[in-house]
This record gives sequence, structure tokens and C-alpha cells, in this order.
Amino acid sequence: MKVRVFVTLKNGVLDPQGKAIHHALEGLGFSGVNDVRAGRLIELDVNEGVSDENIQDMCKKLLTNTVIENFEIERN
Amino acid sequence: MKAAVIQFPGSNCDRDMKVAIEQEMGAQTILHWHDDAELPIDLDFIAIPGGFSYGDYLRSGAIAARSAVMAAIVKAAKRGVPILGVCNGFQILTESGLLPGALMRNRDQNYICRNVDLHITNNKSIFTRGYKEDTQISIPIAHHDGNYFADEVTLKSLQDNGRIAFTYIDNVNGSQANIAGILNETGNVLGMMPHPERAIDTKHGGTDGQKLFRSLVKELA
Repeated sequence: MKVRVFVTLKNGVLDPQGKAIHHALEGLGFSGVNDVRAGRLIELDVNEGVSDENIQDMCKKLLTNTVIENFEIERN
Repeated sequence: MKAAVIQFPGSNCDRDMKVAIEQEMGAQTILHWHDDAELPIDLDFIAIPGGFSYGDYLRSGAIAARSAVMAAIVKAAKRGVPILGVCNGFQILTESGLLPGALMRNRDQNYICRNVDLHITNNKSIFTRGYKEDTQISIPIAHHDGNYFADEVTLKSLQDNGRIAFTYIDNVNGSQANIAGILNETGNVLGMMPHPERAIDTKHGGTDGQKLFRSLVKELA
């Protein structure tokens, strides 16, 4: 089963990468973009028996740095 | 005196760190591979060197911080053994929770490799007591992810308790409060982005890193 973990920077944490992307978009002439925040998508292929708690544990212990990042888990 | 330098796949300042410890501290220094969970119990000093452990995959220092040797390093830290993490070593210390905060991508997205001027913000620690108060030193940096971040409460606690060891005179990488190096609560763990081991010989272009290692010798003697 595929599980997707979306990792995003917490509000208030500056995102230099997002800023650079924003700047590059403007450089290409795209207007109307107010802000860009970059994150990371981690796809896990897990066995049926792996619980939500297991995946939350993985996120907290390795997949994210909870000092600066939030995560969302999507299962299907 | 006995010291260990921890090696991970991708460490690249391990040899320089070993030379610095041997030359400036006169300590017998071993190189310890990360997957050996057992560190010698009689170590007087542990250094986590710079480099690109695990290719900086996931986040700089994230995978190294979960390696087998880290439990022994956390235990040594609790016993009061002095631990120095430089550059990737600092990133590993924050990822492991031994130091607060996180090191993010540099403000201007650039890898920065040059000498920087640092202010000795705390000269009372076991690592910095050889430096005079409020002095300025020049030490090389070489990093892409040295932009220090911590929440406001953590930052205030670092400031109020003298846990900021070094600050950048010019904020090269966007670090909060110009932070270049911080101490843990008990003052025996130091993480810093600048490389003191690259400033111990006149042929390096400067020797301002010597006093850090020599301060420790006085502490451990």
C-alpha cells in the first residue's frame, strides 16, 4: 500500500528555497504569485499491517525535523 | 588523554580533526566508525567532524544522527564528556537532540567557503575560556546548510543562559541572532559551523582555532 508523507516548513520558518523559486518565477515573467513555500514528498510502500501510529512515529523520529517541519500523511 | 573522532560515510574533516586534537591537545586519538555502537568508556573528548554524512540525504545530519554510535554519544554527553560537533557535526548534534534548533539552507542559497570573523560571545565555557572576553577571531566556514533556526523561547533561553559561544560579525548565512556556535545546558557539548581544526597552523592562514583545543586541555588536565 502506498503512503504519502507531505513535509512542509512550519509557519514562521523562513524558506530560502521557496524565496529563490518565487524570484525565478518572477524572472520568467509569471505574475500574481504572492509567495512560494517548498516542501518534500516522501512515498512509502508499506504492508497492510503498518498502522497510522507506526507512520506517525516514522515521521517524528526520522522523516521530519519537528523543530522546523510539519507533516501530513495520505493513505490510499 | 584519550579522544575519538566519529566517522560516517561522507565525513571529510575526520583526518583534519584528528590532527588538530593530536597536535593541540596531545591526546591519543582514535577514529571510530559510526556503526560500532560501543565507544570506549575512558574517552576524555569526542569530536564529530564536518563533511556530508550520507550525502546530506533527507536533511543534513539526519541519517547520521540515527546511527548506532549515537546512543553511546548521548550517554557520554550525560556523563559530562566534552563533545564538539563542527559543521556537519553541528548538524548531527541538532538532529540528535543534543543541541536545540536546526540548521537550514543558507539565506542566499549559496555554498559559502571562506574565512569569517567571529565574536567570542561566551568565553567562560570549557571550549572558549582560552579566548579573551569580547574578542574577534577569524575561522573558515564551508557550508550550504548553516542558517541557524530556533523558536523564540529557545533563542531567548540560549541568550539568557550564555549558551551562544560564537556569533558571526557579518551574518553570512542568515542565522538567527548571528549564531555560529551554541552550547548545551550543561556546557559540555558545543556545536559550531566554523572549522577550528582548519585554523591551527600558520600554513592554514591563521591559528585562531588553536585556543579552542588548548582550552579543553586545561579543562581535562
